[in-house]
Amino acid sequence: MATIKFQHVFKVYPNGYTALKDLSLEIEDGEFLVFVGPSGCGKSTALRLLAGLEEISAGKLMIGDRIVNDNTPQQRNVAMVFQNYALYPHMSVRQNLEFPLRMMQLPKHQRQARIQEAAERLGLVDLLDRKPKQLSGGQRQRVAMGRAIVRDPAVFLMDEPLSNLDAKMRSQIRTDITMLQRRMGTTTVYVTHDQVEAMTMGDRVAVMRAGELQQVAPPQDLYDHPANIFVASFMGSPAMNLFRTRLQKLESGTFMINMGDRPLIVNSSTVNRYQNLEHYYDQPLLAGLRPEAFFLPDANTPVDQCVQVEVISLEALGHELLIYAKAPATLTIEDNQAVSITNNRDDPDEQMSSVLIARVPSSRNIHPDTRLSLGVDTSKLYFFAVDGKAIE
Amino acid sequence: MIEQKTRKLNDDTRVAISMAAPALTGLFLFVVLPFALALVLSFTNLRLGSPLPIQFWGFEQYRRIWLDPSFRQALLNNALFALVVVPIQTTLALGLALLLNRPLKGMAVFRTLFFMPVVFPMALVSVIWTIIYAPGADGMMNAFLKFMTLGFWQPRDFLHDPALALPALMLLSIWQGVGFQMVIVLAGLQSIPISLYEAARVDGSDRWNQFRYITLPQLRNTLIFVVLVTTILSFRLFDSVRIMTNGGPGDATTTVMNEAIKAAFDQQKMAKGSAITVTFFLIVLVITLLQRLLVQEERTIE
Repeated sequence: MATIKFQHVFKVYPNGYTALKDLSLEIEDGEFLVFVGPSGCGKSTALRLLAGLEEISAGKLMIGDRIVNDNTPQQRNVAMVFQNYALYPHMSVRQNLEFPLRMMQLPKHQRQARIQEAAERLGLVDLLDRKPKQLSGGQRQRVAMGRAIVRDPAVFLMDEPLSNLDAKMRSQIRTDITMLQRRMGTTTVYVTHDQVEAMTMGDRVAVMRAGELQQVAPPQDLYDHPANIFVASFMGSPAMNLFRTRLQKLESGTFMINMGDRPLIVNSSTVNRYQNLEHYYDQPLLAGLRPEAFFLPDANTPVDQCVQVEVISLEALGHELLIYAKAPATLTIEDNQAVSITNNRDDPDEQMSSVLIARVPSSRNIHPDTRLSLGVDTSKLYFFAVDGKAIE
Repeated sequence: MIEQKTRKLNDDTRVAISMAAPALTGLFLFVVLPFALALVLSFTNLRLGSPLPIQFWGFEQYRRIWLDPSFRQALLNNALFALVVVPIQTTLALGLALLLNRPLKGMAVFRTLFFMPVVFPMALVSVIWTIIYAPGADGMMNAFLKFMTLGFWQPRDFLHDPALALPALMLLSIWQGVGFQMVIVLAGLQSIPISLYEAARVDGSDRWNQFRYITLPQLRNTLIFVVLVTTILSFRLFDSVRIMTNGGPGDATTTVMNEAIKAAFDQQKMAKGSAITVTFFLIVLVITLLQRLLVQEERTIE
C-alpha cells in the first residue's frame, strides 16, 4: 500500500535522447493508474524508473513517504509483470512463485502458504510443477501475475502484460486483473498502448506523448473533455474527425460552422458549454466530431444539419457500419504529428480533402463511390484552438 | 497415383547425396578409413621394417599396453591433467567472461587480448614457454617467482623436475586454452535475456543471487559443453609434451597420444600404436556419450 509521486521527473539518456520531460503526477493509495500512448511516448520509461531498473536524470520520485531516487529495485518493494513475462525458464511454476519469497528470506512454511494462496487465487494449483515452456500464453501470464502478488508488494507495475495474448484471452484477463486489483487494493501502475485497455481498466488514465504528459483523468472524462487534439484523437476508435473551420454567430443569434462550402448550424447548447468560445468567433479553430456523432438523416432532418460526403469504402461490423468518406476540410491527425501539423498550417480555409469516418447503425442502402448526406449531431461537437489545445 | 506423384516431387534424396558427397568423401578418406585400418592393425603384430611375416595376435596388443607401465603412467597423467586443468580453466573462463560481458569502452581490445593465445600455433607457444621455464636464476619464471616471493624462491629446472614438469605443462595449457572457453561462455552469457535479470532485481535479488539463480542455471548447457570439450582436449594433450619434455623426465609428463606416437613412429610398432589409438578413441567416445546423456536429460526436463 503506497502512494506514488512523480515530481518534475526527467529521463535523459547519455546520447541526449529525452525519454521523459518534466513528469509530475500523484498516484493515490490503491489507485489503478494506466499510462497510455503510442510507442516511444515515455510510458514504459516512467514504469522502469518506478521499478528502479533505470536511473532518474532529474526530479524526485516517491513511493509512500520515501524518496526512492537512489534505491535499488530490491529496496523498493515493488513487483513487476513484464511484457514477455520474464518467467525463469529453468524453474518450475512453484519455484518461480517462490523466488521473490526466497529473496525476502521467509521461512519455508510461510513460503509454502503464500504460494498456495496465490496459486489458488489465480487457478495455478494444477500447474505448480510444470516448467514455463509447458504452459500456454495465458497460463504464463497468470504465473507472472502470481509472482507479483505472492510477495504482497507496495506497488504493482505492469508493462503491457496483455500484448502477447490473443484478443479473446486479452479481454478475459483484462477483467481478471481489474478484479484482482480491486480485491487486493494494491496501488497499480499499468502501461499500455491500447486505448481500450486504458479506458476499461484504469481508475485514471495518463495519456503520454513524446515524453510529455498530456492529460490525467478518469477514462470517461478523457473521452468527454480531452485536453487537446492528441488526446481527443488517441482515445476512441476510430479516432475523432477533426476539421479546420470558423465559428460564426449569425444575426439571428444562431451559430454556424463551415463544413467545406456548406454551413452547418451548431446547437447553441454546444456553444454554451464553452465559456471562452466567444473569443474565437470568426477566428480559425478546429472542430472535432467523433464517428458516432454522425447519423443517417431522415426526411425531417434539416439540410443545414447535414454534410455531403463521397463514400470511399465501408466496413460492415454486423451491428454497425463504418463509413469511410472523402470529406471537405478534414484534418487527419497522425499519432505524433498532431500538434505540429496544426502549428504548421494556420490557414483554416485551406481545404484538406481527406478521410472522414462515421459510425452508423448497419444499413444496406449505402454503397461505395456514391454521394451521401450524413446528419451531424452538433451537440457532440468539440472545439479546439489552432494550437491543438481544447477551448475552455 | 497422386501419392506417387507427391513423393516424386518431394524426393530430394539424390540432391542431398550429391550435396553431402564432398564432405562424406573427406570424412571417409581421412577418418573412417584410417580408423578402420588402425582397428584391424591393432589385432596384429605389425612392425615397420620387420622381416617377420605379419600375424594375427587377437587382443595381445591390448594386454601388452595395459601392462606397459609407461602407458599406465600416461593414462594417469592425462586423468590428473584433466582433473586439475578442467575445473580451473572452466572457472577462469567463466570469471573472464563475466568480467568481459560489460558494456565498457575498449572491451573489444580486452576480448581480443584474452583470445589471442588460442590463435597462436601450439608449437610456437611451446617454444616460447620452454624459454619462460628456462632453468637457472635468469629464467623468466624463476626470476618472476623470486620477485614475487621476495627472494625466497630457489631456481628450479621446471621441465626436468619430475614434480614440476606436469604442473608446468598444466599452467601453459590453462593460459593457452582459457580464451577459447571464455568465448564460448561469453556467447552463452549474451544469450541470457536481460529481462530475466530485471525480473530478478525487482524480485529482490542482489548480484550474487542473480548469478546463482539466473546466470549459472542458464549457463548449464554451455558449461557442460565446455567441461567436456576441455576434458577431451586434455586427453589429446600432445604438442607441448612432445616439444617441451618429450614425455620426460622419466614418464612424468607422458600422455596417451605421446605414447601412441612414440610406439608407432619412434619405435615403428604400428600395431601397438594402433591399439593405443583405439583405446584413446574409446575414452573420447565415453566422454562424448556422457555429454549427450547430460544434455539430453536437460532437454527432456524443459
